[in-house]
Amino acid sequence: MSAAAAVPIREKSATKPSFDVEKIREEFPILRTKVHGHPLVYLDNAATSQKPQAVIDALVRYYESENANIHRGVHYLSQIATEAFEQARETVRAFVNAAHTSEIIFTRGTTEAINLVAQTYGRAHVGAGDEVLITAMEHHSNIVPWQMLCEEKGAKLRVAPMNDEGELLLEEFEKLLGLRTKVVAAGHVSNALGTINPLKQMIAAAHARGIPVMVDGAQAVPHIAVDVRALDADFYAFSGHKMYGPTGIGVLYGKTALLEAMPPYQGGGDMISSVTFEKTTYNKLPHKFEAGTPDMAGVAGLKAAIEFMNRVGIEKIAAHEHELLEYATGVMGALPGVRLIGTAREKASVLSFVLEDVHPHDIGTILDQQGIAVRTGHHCAQPVMERFSIPATVRASFAAYNTKAEVDALARGIRKVGEVFA
Amino acid sequence: MPELRDLYQEVILEHSKAPRNFKALEGANHKAEGYNPLCGDRFTVYLEMDGDKIREVGFQGAGCAISKASASMMTQSVKGKTKAEAEKIFAQFHELVTGHSQEHEGELGKLAVFSGVSEFPMRVKCATLAWHTLEAALEGKQEKISTE
Repeated sequence: MSAAAAVPIREKSATKPSFDVEKIREEFPILRTKVHGHPLVYLDNAATSQKPQAVIDALVRYYESENANIHRGVHYLSQIATEAFEQARETVRAFVNAAHTSEIIFTRGTTEAINLVAQTYGRAHVGAGDEVLITAMEHHSNIVPWQMLCEEKGAKLRVAPMNDEGELLLEEFEKLLGLRTKVVAAGHVSNALGTINPLKQMIAAAHARGIPVMVDGAQAVPHIAVDVRALDADFYAFSGHKMYGPTGIGVLYGKTALLEAMPPYQGGGDMISSVTFEKTTYNKLPHKFEAGTPDMAGVAGLKAAIEFMNRVGIEKIAAHEHELLEYATGVMGALPGVRLIGTAREKASVLSFVLEDVHPHDIGTILDQQGIAVRTGHHCAQPVMERFSIPATVRASFAAYNTKAEVDALARGIRKVGEVFA
Repeated sequence: MPELRDLYQEVILEHSKAPRNFKALEGANHKAEGYNPLCGDRFTVYLEMDGDKIREVGFQGAGCAISKASASMMTQSVKGKTKAEAEKIFAQFHELVTGHSQEHEGELGKLAVFSGVSEFPMRVKCATLAWHTLEAALEGKQEKISTE
């Protein structure tokens, strides 16, 4: 077989429209909504994504035919529910390529997962005079839990700076890894800027000094393939609702050795193996960190969301969103008065910008009148706004179902803002 | 369907671009800071009180067109008024922008241009931020007030 013969086959598969955005849109009932007489243009995916029918159906199916409390009853439904719950854990494990299902802990979301690590690992390992290192582009959820910990322990919160493009200064980051640094907490993708952080290098640098790294992956998991073992992340947190899943469910991945050594987070059902008034023996992983009846319907929905992403293909979603982001960067960047905030070389999904002389809040209202949903404000990242000396930005963020036509609608919307404020 | 022009009336746009009394008062004896954490709008209202009367009023800060115009027109409407009169205007203004009552629209004079805000519930806080701050300044409160 000659090499020439192989080429046309590859070309054929490359030109085949394997990603059909219109087909994907049909799976999302909410996209048929009309807003103020216009078709909904939903560009607020970094806040929360919409849900495909398969996820909505999974929630309904759970309550219609599977609902029972798990890990308890000997009856039929309890067994069905328990099996479904643990199957979902396996789906999540495979999704992020964790080594064991016991390393997958269900939480209410990313925020709870970060708090869990700060309050267990953090409280056990961070003492007076120690340091916690974060980055300048963190979401409040990856600042405040560490601030609370530092305050309690008399430790210091250190912040690795970024440049004017919104890229982490890796050298500065490494310089801040000191003898007193007990834990690093960093976002994988910035929610306000879209920057993809060089996590592999950051983690390697921290590990070279024996420091574990907690990753806030809320904005990464919906947009790029995440492999926690390839990253060598010690902890990795994400939320279901930003990746086509339901609200109220999230995941903490943690390496077994770390999780085993950590004290539990909350006390209650499911996290214990035996209780007497004198002593309680904690359950094994992952149940040790899952006190109380979990969000079983949410877990079913999260599983359906991952299956949706796997079916479409995370690489294809990433490629589509990247194309949209490039297109939007060009279109929006060319509009008069628009200044893009966050122009890192490596970005995912997020286009943040400000418009000369018009406050983002006014832009948000005018866009809304045209059916366009964007986020305006500080995006729960006030230090990022301060870094760029702006009170707020307009943020458009993309998902698998967004189109270039929607980017064009956004550009028309911004021109309309110009007309109103002319 | 609410119309954008109802919200962004010419007078409002004009005040947002060229706010009146947009200055810190050196002789201020009352002052308060207002903050809307939702959007980051932040204003300081300065009052020069002569007994019960607002002799001079000024404001500084940054915010959206609605909040800035509202602050600007507020300073015009309360200058020379007593504390009780200013509070009454705020009460009527509040009823107007929240859509509870339009019965005082006539009494509000120029401020009636903000009636369109009631069609945009998410923007009520923008329109009232400066007023809440004024109220705090009149009460002589020194702490920062927040719309949340």
